Amino acid sequence: MDLDFTAGQDAFRAEARDWLRAHVPAAPLPSLETAEGFAAHREWERTLADGRWSVVSWPARYGGRDCSLLEWLIFEEEYYAAGAPGRVGQNGINLLAPTLFEHGTEEQRARVLPPMADGSVVWAQAWSEPEAGSDLASLRSTAVRTDGGWLLSGQKTWSSRAAFADRAFGLFRSHPDADRPHRGLTYLMFPLDAEGVTVRPIGRLDGKPAFAELFLDGVFVPDEDVIGEPGQGWRVAMSTAGNERGLTLRSPGRFTAAAGRLAALWHARAGAGDAGTPSDTALRDRVADAVIGARAYQLFGYASATGASGGTAASSLNKVFWSELDIALHETALDLLGPLGELSDAADEAPAHGAWAEGHTFALAGPIYAGTNEIQRDIIAERLLGLPKGRR
Amino acid sequence: MHFRLDDEQRQFAAALDGMLTAAGTPAVVRAWAAGDPAPGRALWTRLAEAGVFGLAVPERHGGFGPLPAELVVSFVALGRHAVPGPLVETVAAAALLDRLGAADEHAEAPGVWLPGIASGKTAATLCRTADSPYALDADTADAVFVLDDDALHRAESAGPVQPSADSARRLARPGPGTVLAQGPAVVAAAGHAARTAALATAAQALGLGRALLEATVAHARQRTQFGVAIGSFQAVKHRLADTLVALEFAEPLLYAAALALPGDPAEAERAVAAAKVSACEAACTAARAALRIHGAVGYTEELDLSLWIRKARCLRTAWGTPADCRARVLRPAPAPSERSAAR
Repeated sequence: MDLDFTAGQDAFRAEARDWLRAHVPAAPLPSLETAEGFAAHREWERTLADGRWSVVSWPARYGGRDCSLLEWLIFEEEYYAAGAPGRVGQNGINLLAPTLFEHGTEEQRARVLPPMADGSVVWAQAWSEPEAGSDLASLRSTAVRTDGGWLLSGQKTWSSRAAFADRAFGLFRSHPDADRPHRGLTYLMFPLDAEGVTVRPIGRLDGKPAFAELFLDGVFVPDEDVIGEPGQGWRVAMSTAGNERGLTLRSPGRFTAAAGRLAALWHARAGAGDAGTPSDTALRDRVADAVIGARAYQLFGYASATGASGGTAASSLNKVFWSELDIALHETALDLLGPLGELSDAADEAPAHGAWAEGHTFALAGPIYAGTNEIQRDIIAERLLGLPKGRR
Repeated sequence: MHFRLDDEQRQFAAALDGMLTAAGTPAVVRAWAAGDPAPGRALWTRLAEAGVFGLAVPERHGGFGPLPAELVVSFVALGRHAVPGPLVETVAAAALLDRLGAADEHAEAPGVWLPGIASGKTAATLCRTADSPYALDADTADAVFVLDDDALHRAESAGPVQPSADSARRLARPGPGTVLAQGPAVVAAAGHAARTAALATAAQALGLGRALLEATVAHARQRTQFGVAIGSFQAVKHRLADTLVALEFAEPLLYAAALALPGDPAEAERAVAAAKVSACEAACTAARAALRIHGAVGYTEELDLSLWIRKARCLRTAWGTPADCRARVLRPAPAPSERSAAR
């Protein structure tokens, strides 16, 4: 048992660090949940892709570096430690791409992945509906067979990034006569600027249009944009749901970097040269817990990357852990900042250019998206602990 | 990097677990608490035969250590079965004596005590007065070591037993004794011994928590109310899911601390502190869930579960309170000069 990196892994880390040092914008980009910020983040994706850093774990032929999971973890540590921008392409890269690798055709991968890798096509997820949140299998939007493809109709909602994204992927009811709700669904990709699509941005808690409602009225999708077999959409979606909940959606590097910044904030507040005697031990304990939690998640990731068994249910452990860590970490930072802690990221005087405020707002969504933490706890209890199923 | 147990370590854990399951530890714990150490000492001998104490003793004194990762593996198993006795203190004393012997080859104490610790003949206890005035099981231990400032004493006697909330933990103040060693080497070795003790305590807590969770899951599956198993209710499920999350994320901290233990003292201090507070919090989360989900029967002394629940609380403050550990995690890394001086 060891925690040692090989010379090759150290060299990879150094290469990533050097590149990031040379390319990460000096001033933070505007929030990616605004039109201006979205464009700036899309530009950053292009810069990343030019350096071949946008999708390091993908095969080289799609723009990646064939990195192992451990190398990806290393890259992510360096990425967030460097203060690099959030990833506007994350829905496509983390959710759609793994689905295409597992269920897509070679034609789909060759067509869809390269423009995803360089940010020229940004993807939104279209799963939830007004009446289908946690109970996703009850979704009602339909895909009706037509010549050469499908016609999509219905309403999707809480679609992250959809206000500014180019395309979306989602589940539609294609076989209404199937005997169970989760049978008879089809997984499809469609353009958000297609005829029959209406996008209505929704302001998240701080008003930024971070997600949108989608109204679909007979939107034509060719057969080539069906992923997997028609009617097998649930199986296709669930086989990669672990990607959304686990390590790959929110990598440990995000949290080790944020916890490092939190500890620095605390040390600065506690007074230079005498950081061992902070004035507020309650805050100190919370800072320590954030540092410990980030380290625990990092180590858990190393264990996963070097052979510990994973699986969809195990990713539920990750989801509960990182989403609650993220909130605790940011709340602690805002408390440490005192009167400056309430300044929104729009305030000129917001500390760290508003990164703590923006991070806090973002963190609040963590226990909700990618399957609520209540659903994750059900999964943990039923699949990992073997407790009986019950009413939700 | 291979951050996981290898086959040999897994087999060792499984063998210990099997042996301890067959030993029926609840009866041993109850006898120990009642002042009858005989069954506990018989089990102690078997643990020594399985190699548990040898993990902390170097080869030249009859062991095959120090092997911190294997020590963690064994203490998780000991915690899982709530094995009584000064287990932590014995391996901490071994770590102390090993370091003293390495610092001074003419030191007598290592050669006197380490072979007996490895073979299981000697159950030692240890306290550091800066941490606690009490030595665990000092009434029955074969050697009572006391770390006081820069001196290592061996106490000749112990005061009356002060019952702990965990009745199997028999605490007593060590009486006066003789100085075995004194000076900076003792201070450095004492730090290492305390870290070893904190790590072993954390491992014990993790095992305790795992056992509490397993017992409670089993109860929730078979206990029915309103016509269904109570484990089908979300209020019960979510509490148990949170317990599993706490245990799963404490475990890698433990093994990382084991890997850090032999190295730079400041890094080892932070890693052990993180593991200690996380494992002990997880064990207490498990204990509270166990108590609540078992209902009134969980609140009885008669149910063996009480042996685990009561220990979880006591391990939390043994060898580093939660507040101490959190403060240590944030202690800044020393300057390079300080670091080399500490080596």
